[in-house]
Amino acid sequence: MIEFRKEFFADERDDDLKEIGRPTIRQDIEGHVTGRSPFFDDHLFEGLLHVRCVRSPHHHARIRRIDTTEAERSPGVVRILTGRDVPRNLNTLLSLLDFGIDDEPLLAESRVAYMGEPVAAVIATSEARARDGVARVRVEWEELPHVLDVEEAIRPGAPVVCEAYPTNRFIYHGRYDHQKLRFGDVEAALRGADHIVEGRYQMSPIEQAPIETCGAIAAPEENGRFVCYTSTQALFFSLGTAAKMLQTPSSRLHFIGGTVGGGFGGKVDSLHEPLAILAAMLTGRPCKYAFDREEEMQVGAPRGAERWYLTDGVMGDGRIVARAFRGYFDSGAYTRLSSYAIIKAVGHLPGPYTIPNVAADVYCVYTNRTPATAMRGFGITGVDFAIEAQMDKVADRVGMHPLELRILNAYRDGDMKAHRREAKGCALVECAQVVAEKAGIALSAAARAASSRTGGGGERGRLPAFTATDGKGRVEGSTSGSYARKSAPGPARAAPAPGRPPAAPPAPAAAAASPPARRPDAAGAPPPPPGAPAAGRAAGGGSMPPPAASPAPPPGPGTGDAARRGALRFSSLSGLRRR
Amino acid sequence: MALKPVALTLNGSERAAFTEDGENLLDFLRRRLGDLSPKFGCGQGACGACTVLLDGAPVLACLILAETAAGRRIETAAGLAGAALHPLQRAFVEGFAAQCGYCTPGMLMAAVALLRANPRPTREEVVAAIGGNLCRCTGYEPIIAAVLDAAGHMERRA
Amino acid sequence: MSVTVERAASVEEAAAAIARGAALLAGGTILMRRVNAGDPRLERLVRLEDPALRRIGSGSEGVSLGALVTMAEVAAAPETAFLAPVARAVGGPALRTMATVGGNLFARRTYGDLAVALLALGARIILARDGAREIGEFLRGRERAGLVLALEVPRPREARAFGFLKVARVRPAGTAVMTLAAHLPREGGRIRGARVTFGGMGPGPLRSPGAERALEGQALDAGTIGRAAAACVEGLEPLDDALASAWYRREVAPVHLRRLLEGML
Repeated sequence: MIEFRKEFFADERDDDLKEIGRPTIRQDIEGHVTGRSPFFDDHLFEGLLHVRCVRSPHHHARIRRIDTTEAERSPGVVRILTGRDVPRNLNTLLSLLDFGIDDEPLLAESRVAYMGEPVAAVIATSEARARDGVARVRVEWEELPHVLDVEEAIRPGAPVVCEAYPTNRFIYHGRYDHQKLRFGDVEAALRGADHIVEGRYQMSPIEQAPIETCGAIAAPEENGRFVCYTSTQALFFSLGTAAKMLQTPSSRLHFIGGTVGGGFGGKVDSLHEPLAILAAMLTGRPCKYAFDREEEMQVGAPRGAERWYLTDGVMGDGRIVARAFRGYFDSGAYTRLSSYAIIKAVGHLPGPYTIPNVAADVYCVYTNRTPATAMRGFGITGVDFAIEAQMDKVADRVGMHPLELRILNAYRDGDMKAHRREAKGCALVECAQVVAEKAGIALSAAARAASSRTGGGGERGRLPAFTATDGKGRVEGSTSGSYARKSAPGPARAAPAPGRPPAAPPAPAAAAASPPARRPDAAGAPPPPPGAPAAGRAAGGGSMPPPAASPAPPPGPGTGDAARRGALRFSSLSGLRRR
Repeated sequence: MALKPVALTLNGSERAAFTEDGENLLDFLRRRLGDLSPKFGCGQGACGACTVLLDGAPVLACLILAETAAGRRIETAAGLAGAALHPLQRAFVEGFAAQCGYCTPGMLMAAVALLRANPRPTREEVVAAIGGNLCRCTGYEPIIAAVLDAAGHMERRA
Repeated sequence: MSVTVERAASVEEAAAAIARGAALLAGGTILMRRVNAGDPRLERLVRLEDPALRRIGSGSEGVSLGALVTMAEVAAAPETAFLAPVARAVGGPALRTMATVGGNLFARRTYGDLAVALLALGARIILARDGAREIGEFLRGRERAGLVLALEVPRPREARAFGFLKVARVRPAGTAVMTLAAHLPREGGRIRGARVTFGGMGPGPLRSPGAERALEGQALDAGTIGRAAAACVEGLEPLDDALASAWYRREVAPVHLRRLLEGML
């Protein structure tokens, strides 16, 4: 049961809340209890066709040949799609926000990079017939060496997982192979510390496991439009992705969603909509594409695994004076949302503690695993586990109660956080005090007297006099993503006409144009802010993370006149950029 | 593959449609009879989203061959409400016992089966009754509370 | 490849269909998963609705369960009260309405909780083709056993002679990490004819020769329980799966056996 502790911060509240603390009736609950809430699959279509995918049995393999002749003769099979049928068979979700390079096909054409990656889609008159058809597609595979561990994946000579990122690392802003945070001088502070406490923390991938599996039904409408009922959590992401991959104006796509049978992040970047719509376009009939439970668990994108190394410098009295992070996010075979998760993570470091010297190098690494995506607090949850486990370890080393250690090091109002924002509305001290009270733990007089509103600011509120920066991980010759070259849409094919197959699909080689990562950066990436990250807070940032989340490179070569046009603005995803 | 006629009673109405070999009762109810209240979650009997009552006993519609339901009595969440909501439905509404709503029809049918057999269940008996029904929105506590609440209401009215 | 379903009018017809490669569809909890997943090895199903196979019979020594008796019926019938905790450990209420005792004999690990208990009790399996088999022998050759008609289950002479424990991560209806059962009849305070069985500690339900040897002829006390627990993994080779590793199973099996036996003191 929720307990409201109104004695805390009473002077900061009016306590005139209308909803919080009172029971409320969900606006959609009558539909839920009568079984009438319209989930994507709760729409009946006459002559519905079912789509099921042929999937890779290997972690990493070249596709030598896909033979569909037997499957095409299988009873009930209407049509079989391969990558050639996809107008633009390369995408990355955050390209819709100008972040990242297109790296993932809808249906793999030449190579698969994770077990379960789809290579063909069978459209049939029933699900059972679609399954039979799938079983009759013959794929000739050439197995390739694979890598499943993040640190092995970035060693020299590791198999290249994702062609868009040949070093198996996501490239941030076209400049760095990891996300950097620098605040003060960690090396110097570690030298002066009484204790060095190190820790290694590993989290597994976690499947969101919604009870409703991911899926979509698409059907031709009037006037050349297609309706799409979808389980998506992100209707406009899904609409944008479908319009892009199908190379069709979004005005032709009529998306209906909003009733989601549990998502938890796992339905943010599903690719069911473009495949269902493509199937409807090419057959002229309503088509459903949905995961079964096994697919949901095996190929549905999970929360990615993370590995964190922490090194703390701690004084004998328990004050943490330095904290260094090295983190590896396992993105799986493609980017999806892991690059963004890391930006969130780095903005969160070093946890809710005032530590005067912080450094972090965090890598988004490609491995031959299921691509990872969003899940409840992703980017934060994993590193919080590492941080809090580390706090317990530190407490043990210095002989303090873990709650005392947390109260001692907690943010106070007015402190400067490592990402160069002032700490406000802090409440960890008070939370820890209530936890101690509930658990019957006797705190010291100092810990009982502590408050989030006292002891902060002043010296603790100032930026470090000196921040040690470095150019480690600097990358040359990489682009920062589509925003740097809006005029270069990449490989694309003509959009299929409704109701019939494209007259002459281009040769498969068209999709395998040279990976964008290796292309010269024609337009020039936005320059790094001079003297960053010590420049302080960005103006007009709104809800966006602060500039400390962007790397701290030395002034780069691209600072020409052309790059200076437009006001510098901070983007939560791409760092500083011009508009 | 021959079509087979199946006639059964669905929420008190005589219904008939053709089924195909291998078709499960969940698909039959949804696609052939248009009762969309039971949900597909796993097709393996692991989640309980397809729970319906067969001759009064709870079953997993995804694991029942549709043709074996011929001549039998099926009840689903779509048939629970009359002019007003069923007391269990009302308790779910008032107790915030559904978030995404996808597990709800199955949960309700598991709870209906419990309260018919045992109008005054203990908390442990409620937990056992919905033990085969998964909820992923972390809603078990409000669901348990709602079932106990409904049992209380139904008893007071009886 | 899609499955075809035929309906047998008699046990003989069903047995003949099985001999021709059909799978008998009983409660459906095992086979329908495979039908739903489009398992290409499952081409023919045969249905049999013989009321004789739904009967529960009771004698002085034990009970006779028709193969199509459900877990819900076992949990509810007064004759099978000693098996009720086992039946209630299988799935949730909806699954128990459907799942049959005969089907449970064919469940793949780590399903098959009832079979583990029946192995401890030394049940006899009545087959359509060639009479009765001791359950251990039946389980070793179950793929070729043909149609099962009934299960004859000896009733323990006293309640404390039989113990059952299902270890699952999700309660109340999770799949077993392992299942344990013990039948320890006592004569003059000494255990005679000890049977200790595990599910999840090998490819199917298995007896634990080490635990049985440690218990046989002994009084059940802390020392005996400790020795049985220490020896229980002997000869068993658990496997890795999504629920637990073989290593984990080996480590915790003695702990769970000790808990089970302590409850039988």
